[in-house]
Amino acid sequence: MIDFFQTLGHSVLSSFAKLGRSCFFLLQILAGILTVIPRPRLLTKQLYSVGVLSFLIICISGFFVGMVLGLQGFYILSDFGAEETLGVMVAASLVRELGPVVAALLFAGRAGSALTAEIGLMKATEQLSGMEMMAIDPIKRIIAPRFLAGFISMPLLAALFSSIGVIGGQVVGVGLLGVDDGAYWSQMQSTLDFQEDIINGVIKSIVFGFIVSWIALFEGYDAVPTSEGVSRATTRTVVNSAFAILGLDFILTALMFGDI
Amino acid sequence: MQNSKTQETLVGLFVACGITALFFMAMQISNLSSFADENVYTIRANFDNSGGLKVKSPITIAGVRVGRVSEITLDKDEFVSVVKMNIDARYKLPADTSASIYTAGLLGEQYISLDPGGSEELLAENDVMDITSSAVILEELIGKFFTENESE
Repeated sequence: MIDFFQTLGHSVLSSFAKLGRSCFFLLQILAGILTVIPRPRLLTKQLYSVGVLSFLIICISGFFVGMVLGLQGFYILSDFGAEETLGVMVAASLVRELGPVVAALLFAGRAGSALTAEIGLMKATEQLSGMEMMAIDPIKRIIAPRFLAGFISMPLLAALFSSIGVIGGQVVGVGLLGVDDGAYWSQMQSTLDFQEDIINGVIKSIVFGFIVSWIALFEGYDAVPTSEGVSRATTRTVVNSAFAILGLDFILTALMFGDI
Repeated sequence: MQNSKTQETLVGLFVACGITALFFMAMQISNLSSFADENVYTIRANFDNSGGLKVKSPITIAGVRVGRVSEITLDKDEFVSVVKMNIDARYKLPADTSASIYTAGLLGEQYISLDPGGSEELLAENDVMDITSSAVILEELIGKFFTENESE
């Protein structure tokens, strides 16, 4: 019985300690970002591995998500004779919810896990401590550029996802199912608001980019420096990012669209 | 590892694509392009019932959109719905213009249709239109239909 309480208390305390460490880590990153700005080379390299390499998966998934929305939306809307509003349905669900959320989930799987594995292996092979020996701060040299790259890439990827999804919906709705092209775009334009829909979607994706990069880098930096520890850290990155994205999405949606 | 020149080009391309997508969302998907807030004037109309009219509902003349509803409030003394609308400054309306609320399609959204009169005077900022006809409420119509049938 005593053992049970001991392990329970230990796990609670250690999870609080981890939360505290991650907050300190975030502060260190934010302080380190300033040193990245005079060195754009570091940033381009990370933008390549975080953003450009996620480009294809985001585009293809966005296109298919848009096509599926077009197809399903058409069947439901045609029951009410309201196929013309297909564009509104596709664009609103993409721009408000699916674009930021699905793009962030894919981003966590594609780029977040890679970041964790990279940092974790650097730690396991003692490259990070080697840098410290040479008086180079690994947070400034390694972590901060990656964080900034994730933070910049995420909104761009989410915007790409939504735009390509809308085009995918148009390909299916207008091209295959025969919705009027003019109605598809004009209903969309007259219903979606720039500030309420587009800006809020972009804010969501910025928040998700911040959270996913933070979780991925922290899990890598905090990983147990063994091969098993790195693999666990990678799993935790994907799982925790998914929880954080979906939970935050609910809160953000309630804040942004709640009072309508 | 690719050499850093191609890498930089690809990153540039990626950022350019992302920004294009943001522009595409702003201009093509949302109503930003149809906004011309600076070139409008406001007029008002009182309706007995504004039905399902919403802020940003379109205002049309002969089917062409000339403005948007900017505000809907209730007059506390006369209990009528006061609808403020922003009309594009290019369109000057005669003072005896009438306003009616119609529905686009059977289930579509409601909009205001303006019917310009023949007066020489023009509506100016904050003028009130007197001739209005309210939204047709489907339930009222059905109710009337049934009560008339019963009385026969």
